[in-house]
Amino acid sequence: MFSYYLKIAWISIKRHWGLSLLMITAIGLGIGTAMTTVTVNYLMSANPIPHKSQQLYYVQLDSWDVNDPYDDGQNPPDQLTYTDATNLMKAKKAYRQNVQAQAYGVIEPEEQGALPFMVSARANSADFFAMFDVPFIYGGAWSNDADVNKEQVIVLSREINERVFGGENSVGKAIRLDGNIFKVVGVIDHWQPKPRFYDITTGAFNESEEIFVPFSLIAEEKIRRSGNTNCWKPSSDGFAAFLASECIWTQYWVELRNEQEKQDYMSFLNAYVEEQKRFGRFQRPLDNRLSDVMQWLENQEVVADDAKMMMAMSFMFLAVCLLNTIGLLLAKFLGKAPEIGLRQALGASKATLFSQYIIESACIGLAGGALGLLLAQLGLVAIENLYGEYMKGLASLDANMMILAIALSLLSSVIAGIYPTWRACNIQPAQQLKSQ
Amino acid sequence: MLEIGLIIRALLRNKIGALLIALQIALTMTIIVNAIFMILERQQQMERPSGIDENNTFYLTNTVFEQDYNLQAALNRDLAMIRKTPGVVDAIQINAIPLSGGGWSQGLQTQPGEDQDAIGTALYMVDEHAINTLKVELILGENFAPEDILWRASGQTTWPAKTIITKAMAQSLFPDDWQSALGKTVYITQSQPIRIIGIIKELQAPWNGWDGVERSILIPYHMETTGGKYFIRTEAGRRDELMPIIEKALAESDKGRIIRRVSTMEETRERSYKRHNATNKILTTVIVTLTLITSFGIVGLAIFSINRRTKQIGTRRALGATKWQIMRYFMVENFLISTLGIAIGCIGAVGLNMWLVKTFSLSPINIDLIVMGIGILFVVGQLAVLYPARKAALISPATATRTV
Repeated sequence: MFSYYLKIAWISIKRHWGLSLLMITAIGLGIGTAMTTVTVNYLMSANPIPHKSQQLYYVQLDSWDVNDPYDDGQNPPDQLTYTDATNLMKAKKAYRQNVQAQAYGVIEPEEQGALPFMVSARANSADFFAMFDVPFIYGGAWSNDADVNKEQVIVLSREINERVFGGENSVGKAIRLDGNIFKVVGVIDHWQPKPRFYDITTGAFNESEEIFVPFSLIAEEKIRRSGNTNCWKPSSDGFAAFLASECIWTQYWVELRNEQEKQDYMSFLNAYVEEQKRFGRFQRPLDNRLSDVMQWLENQEVVADDAKMMMAMSFMFLAVCLLNTIGLLLAKFLGKAPEIGLRQALGASKATLFSQYIIESACIGLAGGALGLLLAQLGLVAIENLYGEYMKGLASLDANMMILAIALSLLSSVIAGIYPTWRACNIQPAQQLKSQ
Repeated sequence: MLEIGLIIRALLRNKIGALLIALQIALTMTIIVNAIFMILERQQQMERPSGIDENNTFYLTNTVFEQDYNLQAALNRDLAMIRKTPGVVDAIQINAIPLSGGGWSQGLQTQPGEDQDAIGTALYMVDEHAINTLKVELILGENFAPEDILWRASGQTTWPAKTIITKAMAQSLFPDDWQSALGKTVYITQSQPIRIIGIIKELQAPWNGWDGVERSILIPYHMETTGGKYFIRTEAGRRDELMPIIEKALAESDKGRIIRRVSTMEETRERSYKRHNATNKILTTVIVTLTLITSFGIVGLAIFSINRRTKQIGTRRALGATKWQIMRYFMVENFLISTLGIAIGCIGAVGLNMWLVKTFSLSPINIDLIVMGIGILFVVGQLAVLYPARKAALISPATATRTV
């Protein structure tokens, strides 16, 4: 029976090919637009580290000006001062902990004639690699002792290892960075979390860094820091004074394996701030936060407003396309009144007629969905081209999105088909036959 | 008159069909009005002048990596070399580039003290060549003198005694009379006095999304930094020719550094507003597609209803109705449906805007745009129905005499 209905649907679609084409185009455009924006939103709000996003916590302490609270008192500052980050690091109260900042430097390859080049760097603690599951090709992370002893060790990205060492196992070799000699301890494979959750402050969709060095080398002035620095209290001259200042420029992550560890760490933070209050710091009310990865991404509003607005609009666009389809289907089915009357008179039940017309709507929906997928693909290519680097890697359809697109188009076309079908089934056969 | 009563009665017999079109028009209007509004807002932002001569300027980053490098000597040497290159009008060292996204900010306040309100501003650390290099207009007061320019060591937190500020900054500091800012002493980093010796017309901050983008100040500093920028203005039309020449001259004069990111102000503006441009293009596509879909919907349904009424139209023609009267019937019908749709659309447009204002802190919509939306949709509706209506008018009166 089903194949028979399909055949009838095909005949009907062919007969009114103009109308059918219009409906397929409308559904296709609607689905295409909706899927394009849904995909962008979906990828922007993706969980970059699903298996442990609930064990990694971003630490915030309210060290800001009591006269002019950070973010009008809504949220504590988004970074920590050097003083607090190093104090927390020394206390080592979490299962794993990482203090980090963005940095940069110039690498001078040994090779004759090779030009020095600039690299983006991350200054971080040893635990960074284990906490964020960074994949290594050669070697591994440096040790916690290397952090404490300020050893000049370095982890290279795959690209930099290719460039400087031709891709061979470079562990143990020396590399010249900003005039200082560093020892390579590891080379990581391509690693690009999207969003780049571990540092939102310098752009949630930026590329991961090219080299990694111990955070403690910043204070030694062995690596130059960059990234955002935000100050409220004037300090005196010189780098030592800057490090001791109330300027925030470091990010702090901890790994806590369960609720108990989280509570313990929170009590530790509260005790720490209470202690600092005695030195005249932290004059704002106690407001320490531990946000897991997804909470942190949400708090930092990683999904761009533009993307959300576009998604709302694209769903309204889809609604217009559906209204369009309902109108056209209604017109088409009602146009078949004489045929329906005849079939009813010959004994077709309402259920039969209903399934037949719903199948016809679904066929149009599927065709529209296929067109929609194609258009969504084009739409994403267009978005990637228009927005450039910002959208790189955020504009591709995965299997989930394809299934969603087909489901959405089937669902919309069936919804669009219900009313016209119901009207068609309620046609009085007697009247239709009389008028023939 | 115009058979309105008759048309309404006919429409009521096919309520749903008419309502579907009206709803389509309403949603289309809701989206189009808001989309146009968003496009215009972005366009206005992009049209704000940066205050500098964007066509003939470029800049580059100078990253020093050699240890024990004489930064002061190198800066003097570089600036002298660039300034005497034929074709170069003037050049400066600068800490940040307008519209580039990265820069320094500080607060200025009219009274010292940590509990006083400070007004945020972008800082440009430059020398007395800045006004000529950027080609900003000094509207009040005077430029820095060569002896005003001090050396700023890395990490230094004290400030020079003089500054030049933009008119917008003067207006924020002295809202009653911005001209009175000239000669006044204000306070930087809560308590350090700094005197305003000049006011420039406009110079944008590095952050285009900041609501204080027009507020910036010039600080007379030469920076001892390992990551400085040189900003260069050339004679009209000679920028592209001079860019590689200067890059090469700098790179070859000194091997202890890297010259990188040589880019023009035009590129910087384009990069800065890339997302604005992209969003505008997408919104424009949405508007066009949506209008097309709605008009095709109107055409499709009108053709269909005309096909159903072929015999009826033929009868009307046979009874003496002119072609124009037949066309008019369908156009008035469309007008009535559009009116309903547009009425709902007005509510929808304002509603969507209110939601956007609330959720994304956009600004409230302008009434002119709603009026424009009303006009556009009426025209689109009438144009869409024109073709089917002409087709209807061409139905021969003889049709009435045929039996189906």
